[in-house]
Amino acid sequence: MIELANRDQTDTIVRFDGVGLRYGRSPETLQDLSFELKAGSFHFLTGPSGAGKSSLLKLIYLAHRPSRGRIELFGQDIGRAKRKDLPFLRRRIGVVFQEMHLLEHLTVFDNVALPMRLAGQKPATYRSDIAELLQWVGLGHKMHAMPETLSGGERQRLAIARAVVARPDIILADEPTGNLDHEMGQRILKLFTELNRLGTTVLIASHDLDLVARSGMPAFNIESGRLTSPYGDAIEDDPADDLGRVASGEPEFIYRRPLTLSQEDSLEDNGP
Amino acid sequence: MSMAFNPARWKPAALLPHEQAHDGALVFVVAVLCFLACATAIFAISADRAAQGWANQLQGSATVIIRTKGSESPDMAASRAAEALAGTPGVAQALVLERAKAEALLEPWLGNDGIVQDLPVPRLVTVELAPSAPASAATLDRALKAAGVDATVDDHSLWMKDIIHAGQIARIAAVSLFALMALAAAAVIAFATRAGLSARHDVVEIMHLTGATDGFIANLFQTRFAAMAALAGLLGGGAAALLAAGIRLLGGGYGLIPVLPIDWLDLLVALPSPLIAGLVAAIAARVTALGLIRAMP
Repeated sequence: MIELANRDQTDTIVRFDGVGLRYGRSPETLQDLSFELKAGSFHFLTGPSGAGKSSLLKLIYLAHRPSRGRIELFGQDIGRAKRKDLPFLRRRIGVVFQEMHLLEHLTVFDNVALPMRLAGQKPATYRSDIAELLQWVGLGHKMHAMPETLSGGERQRLAIARAVVARPDIILADEPTGNLDHEMGQRILKLFTELNRLGTTVLIASHDLDLVARSGMPAFNIESGRLTSPYGDAIEDDPADDLGRVASGEPEFIYRRPLTLSQEDSLEDNGP
Repeated sequence: MSMAFNPARWKPAALLPHEQAHDGALVFVVAVLCFLACATAIFAISADRAAQGWANQLQGSATVIIRTKGSESPDMAASRAAEALAGTPGVAQALVLERAKAEALLEPWLGNDGIVQDLPVPRLVTVELAPSAPASAATLDRALKAAGVDATVDDHSLWMKDIIHAGQIARIAAVSLFALMALAAAAVIAFATRAGLSARHDVVEIMHLTGATDGFIANLFQTRFAAMAALAGLLGGGAAALLAAGIRLLGGGYGLIPVLPIDWLDLLVALPSPLIAGLVAAIAARVTALGLIRAMP
């Protein structure tokens, strides 16, 4: 079992044990995945396109059920969870989808309000919070705009705002900087870092190794559906080496280049 | 423009996008079904009333066909029969039908070119029975035999069976048609719900993955389609009521079609149309939506 943790985390948010995923009758997309994510940790999930990053995230945010193996979320065995309990688990997960999946018929404000509405909260309890959050992500001046009028960066930040508005325990982001320029990517990364400092567990799938390196955060790699070291070896091949160091709180798969965000970096957008 | 937005006055928007083209077509189809269902119900009630009326008329009367014997004239025999029947318990009135009226009854079949006058038309006695305790055919027969009159009593039981049978068939047909149209409406709603879920799959998926319960999503579709069907029910039921009112107004007391006497109260049948249509739609949409949502992980 790989324990993907930063130094101070103890509670397990996500646990995979021998998990495999197969779509229909095709060969397994994910194979023998076993790892843990500790509360408050920040990880990147790297790997080439088609390696299985998105599929792994989908298993965590309960968009798919595993073909085999066991998944625990917040200490609960998903395989044994009742269907009526799953929505409440999903509400503890904030997802930034690769395609963002904004609701195009709703305004920016209504898009961000979606998780609160689904949780049954009354508008009076979250209206001001959403306004504040939108200011924070630089969309304060576009609360009433429709998503189709937003730039790529604005749409990305809107998707992120929707993912974080309900203060989830874990945020999953699938290529959140994939369509953004370098500067915007850095801003988004800073946002996730801030959220992680507030205690939120963060897992970001990205094939942008440069971004991962700049972040200074640990990463684990997936290739052909299997977890591997960044050097291409399957983790299961050498558990005594790589796994031991990860479990001891000294992540092996860490890109040591420091996060370099300039002081001028702000979440406020200077324009599309 | 951005300054116009005041978060403090924000009201949540509808989570399901409106699709005017699809929604309009659905309202039209369901409205047509509601119109047909309500019109069927109104005409069925009317037919039932007509059958009841005919049955009551036949039940309250009998016809006696007189056969002469010996040298007695037909008029004499008919008079004696009427006299004997008038004194029988359960008979309110017994009258000899004039020859001219009896011949008039045959005119629809034989024409009025003089053939009837050459035929030995039997004399008839019409008997009006007492409404509270009508005399039976056997009683009338005994009274005639006691008076020495050779006659046949027709208590219309043969016609009664047919009319009662026709009334039953009309009722069964109306209920069947009504049920068929309700099922058709439910099927249309179910189909529309499937199409709606398919067209709005992205919205449903996002809500599902963001923590919406199955019931919450089903409620959205249930409410949407129930409201549309209720509107369609209002339009269809209203149109059927207008049609029936038009027939009633144009045709006087018994309506444009005398065989279907429409009463003003019959129009109330259309009143629950929005409610029933909304209910059928709500159930169909909920069951369909839940089935489809539960196919998601």
